[in-house]
Amino acid sequence: MSGFAKPLKIALGLIVIAGLIVIPMNFNRYGLFILSQWAVMTIAAMGLNLTLGYAGQVSLAQGAFVGIGAYAAAIMTTHGWPLAAAIVVAMALAFAVGWVLGYPALRVQHHYLAFVTLAFSTLAFLVFRNESWLTGGIYGISNIPRPHIFGIATNKPLPFYYVCLASLAIVSLAVWWLIRSPWGRAFMALRENPLRAQSLGIDTRRYTLMAFAIGSALGGVAGALYAPLTQYIDPVPFNLSLSLDLLMMVIVGGAGFYFGPFLGAMIAVLLPEWLRFTEGYYLMLYAIAVMGLLIWSPTGILGILDRYMAARRTKAASALRAVAKSRLETAQ
Amino acid sequence: MSNLFDLLVAGLATGAIYALVAVGFTLLWQTSQTINFAQGEFVMLPAFLMLAAMHVGAPFWLAIILGILLSMILLGLAFKMLLVDPMMRHGVLPLAIATMALAIGIKEAVKQFFSAEASPFPSIVPTGDISVLGHAVSLQSIGVLVVAILAVFGLTTLLNRTSLGHQMQAAAQNPTVARIIGVPVERMILLTFLINAFLVALASLLITPIYLAKFSSGEVLGQAAFIAAIVGGFNQVRGAIAGGLLIGVLDNLAAAYVSTQYRAAVPMIFLIAVILFRPQGLLGRAEERTV
Repeated sequence: MSGFAKPLKIALGLIVIAGLIVIPMNFNRYGLFILSQWAVMTIAAMGLNLTLGYAGQVSLAQGAFVGIGAYAAAIMTTHGWPLAAAIVVAMALAFAVGWVLGYPALRVQHHYLAFVTLAFSTLAFLVFRNESWLTGGIYGISNIPRPHIFGIATNKPLPFYYVCLASLAIVSLAVWWLIRSPWGRAFMALRENPLRAQSLGIDTRRYTLMAFAIGSALGGVAGALYAPLTQYIDPVPFNLSLSLDLLMMVIVGGAGFYFGPFLGAMIAVLLPEWLRFTEGYYLMLYAIAVMGLLIWSPTGILGILDRYMAARRTKAASALRAVAKSRLETAQ
Repeated sequence: MSNLFDLLVAGLATGAIYALVAVGFTLLWQTSQTINFAQGEFVMLPAFLMLAAMHVGAPFWLAIILGILLSMILLGLAFKMLLVDPMMRHGVLPLAIATMALAIGIKEAVKQFFSAEASPFPSIVPTGDISVLGHAVSLQSIGVLVVAILAVFGLTTLLNRTSLGHQMQAAAQNPTVARIIGVPVERMILLTFLINAFLVALASLLITPIYLAKFSSGEVLGQAAFIAAIVGGFNQVRGAIAGGLLIGVLDNLAAAYVSTQYRAAVPMIFLIAVILFRPQGLLGRAEERTV
């Protein structure tokens, strides 16, 4: 079965990528903004998926890292630095802070860890709001420039959408490589059985910190793209609810599944927009949809698919066994 | 010093309300591993139910009773049967996320069906000041403290002095053994949900006259109660009470002596310190669940 499934998967992937490039060409400004936002949020959710879905460390602070990245990019680009440099700095900064935030994870686990990160998230918000000499306080930072890439200005919505999409592609490839590398396997070992991972010689301390730092760094990248996307940032979008939203994206899409964040971000960013025609009810319907989905499948959308595939595989396997058994019987 | 005294009284009054909410929060955690991210919204909603009852002509006392009953049905019974029961066996995280979605749903529903504006809410305690030890103290603060203390006292009596309370504790500590010795565990869990719904409705009644009824007012409150529960000890009712009072006082003192900008940071830093140095909470016991 997997013989023809692989080309099928590749073909499907290519169609989706082509669709993401071609279809938005005649989207209006707002449609492109929403789609760019989807790409940015997917990057942040992928980072959280690494921390939570693969390494099993609950973080309620991803929104704060998006904020750190956004402010780093906003401050640097408004002072004349190129966006590429800003992304690197945002990533390094979020990585360093994420590493430090990982230390509590060495001491406490599960919900206690979630609470530490929750507190951190609130503290970060307060710093964004109150340190106005750096962040502009409640007035925020405006006129954030969009970059020139290979001499092409990306001020218009469509080119900047392609910047977001290309960034998403690069991050996706990097994450794809990472979770297939020994590191990714070590992360999963950490999630499944930390004790056994340690007895197999995996330095659990270092990998826990790494899981936090890399996940946070991707949050920083998302933030560094978010700033030029909106061209204006203030502290409000980076409060605790962004962290909760990102967590929701990961769980709804399917934590620990590679494509989970793509779907989760799609639901969280696009579904409310599709429901706009219901006017005041759209967020309510969105909330009901999320609850309904989680009741139906607590492992998220990809959990449904996963169970369906597993059921099919067992069915196929038992059919094969039945055939083999009858062959054995006829041979006797 | 009079300033400090006033701050302490005001802090204790807010803290008492936090304590009510935090106690309900820990009850749900202990009996069903529900981390209820909608707890703040649970406090916000009953005030609107009471306002709605008054809107259709019910007098205030009847509106209170209707509000409490309705919140026990919606936030106790329906919450447990429709959301918690189907998800309980799938672990802590999906359910926690579902309660986040529920929080959004409740907020939006209130915004849509009632109002996006803040509405005034009548106080059950008459306004005015009385003199205590030479200080003017608002009757509202005292009323809040008295009602909250009575509620907490009633709850601890129920839990520690009655057979029903012992059954609830057994159901929380060891459901399997509790079931074997004949405790109706399911009913006990339902009971804790109803108690939580009652406590949040009470908290709603006490806090809404002070901060007005607004769809978004649950966010701050929920977080404060959440922190109170953890600081005090996630697995202890008396821990949640102590945590609530402590956070209330700390918050008020921080506003006066640290800075209004960073007042919200003080409870957070305190929270991080507690988790790092005493993860079971100030009064909690490590890895153990008791009501």
